[in-house]
Amino acid sequence: MEAKFEALLRLGDNALILGHRVSEWCGHAPVLEEDIALANTALDLLGQTNLWLEYAGEVEGKGRSADDLAFLRDAWDFRNVLLVELPNGDFGQTILRQFLFDAFNLLNLRALTGSSDPRIAEIAEKAAKEAAYHVDRSSGTVIGLGDGTDESHRRMQDALNLLYPYAMELFITDEVDAEMAKAGVIPSPDTLKAEYDALVNGVIAEATLEKPEAHFGHRGAGKTGKMHTEHLGHLLTQMQWLQRAYPGNAW
Amino acid sequence: MRPSVEQIWDWLDTIPDPEIPVITLTDLGIIRDVAWEDNSCVVTVTPTYSGCPATSIINLEIETALRGHGLEDIRLKRQLSPAWTTDWMTQRGREKLENYGIAPPQPAGGPDKCPNCASSNVEKLSQFGSTPCKAQWRCKDCLEPFDYFKCI
Repeated sequence: MEAKFEALLRLGDNALILGHRVSEWCGHAPVLEEDIALANTALDLLGQTNLWLEYAGEVEGKGRSADDLAFLRDAWDFRNVLLVELPNGDFGQTILRQFLFDAFNLLNLRALTGSSDPRIAEIAEKAAKEAAYHVDRSSGTVIGLGDGTDESHRRMQDALNLLYPYAMELFITDEVDAEMAKAGVIPSPDTLKAEYDALVNGVIAEATLEKPEAHFGHRGAGKTGKMHTEHLGHLLTQMQWLQRAYPGNAW
Repeated sequence: MRPSVEQIWDWLDTIPDPEIPVITLTDLGIIRDVAWEDNSCVVTVTPTYSGCPATSIINLEIETALRGHGLEDIRLKRQLSPAWTTDWMTQRGREKLENYGIAPPQPAGGPDKCPNCASSNVEKLSQFGSTPCKAQWRCKDCLEPFDYFKCI
């Protein structure tokens, strides 16, 4: 498979799967303002998905649209990291995952604005503005809940213990990344790690949380599509249901 | 005889934003260019937010309006870069927003005053609101909640 297509799927699928997960909160969030914020975050991510997957389809050159890629691929064809497909858990877990992803997304998008591929650069320029806003909100909420009540602190620490190792998959660099980095198209993810650590460590400290040892979950199985968690399949049954049941249906 | 570019801008200037109909598409600053390319009228539009559901409606409204003025060969071009910024909103648009009860975007990142009573004693309720381009604030003097047009 062509490296650029593969790389665009990774960008698009991370946004798509996280966007879908976050949208599952719609109508269920603890307060109305958070419900609206989560739905808006999901909307931004789905908009970014559309831009990435539309371009992925063009690069592939087989006439597949963003919708075809989103709704007509099976689990093994998805290239998202495992972090974003995990179930939402409680509100704290959802927000912590959002922060761990937002921080990466922002740094990655900012770096992508300098891509040698002008289409990637312009999508990144648009998306980076939205991602900056997302980081602002998710970091603030992580701090508020981490440095909150005993109960909220405990839940945020549990969420961090669970999710932090998964976040490390974002920095695994494989041959696709190497090829894209060499061509100046997409920065190698490991080059973003120092800045990510600085951002994340600062927020975690302010939230009075402790970073766990990350010793598993970061083998890159999601981004290569080698092995997803069982949760992705369940997510797809819901997300893709309409196109599976009524192929080609549109409104 | 085909209409001038200036004439087309004037027509576009009467199309209301589908989600905030008090301002027009040109007030919002999302129409980046109007040009004739051979016999096609090409309107370049930039999205406010990448996932804004109004984008397709906006395109439809531009096309409908221009067809209503007798244009037939219309092409809509999406432009992502430079990315839309609230700096492109017109002064007239800002005033109309405020009169309507939506605080216009401010470089400081929050509204400078309540659009209802003009008090500067305001607080943020949520960074997001009823559309991707707005946040929710509240006035601590008149106690009214209000929308703030996010500055990006």
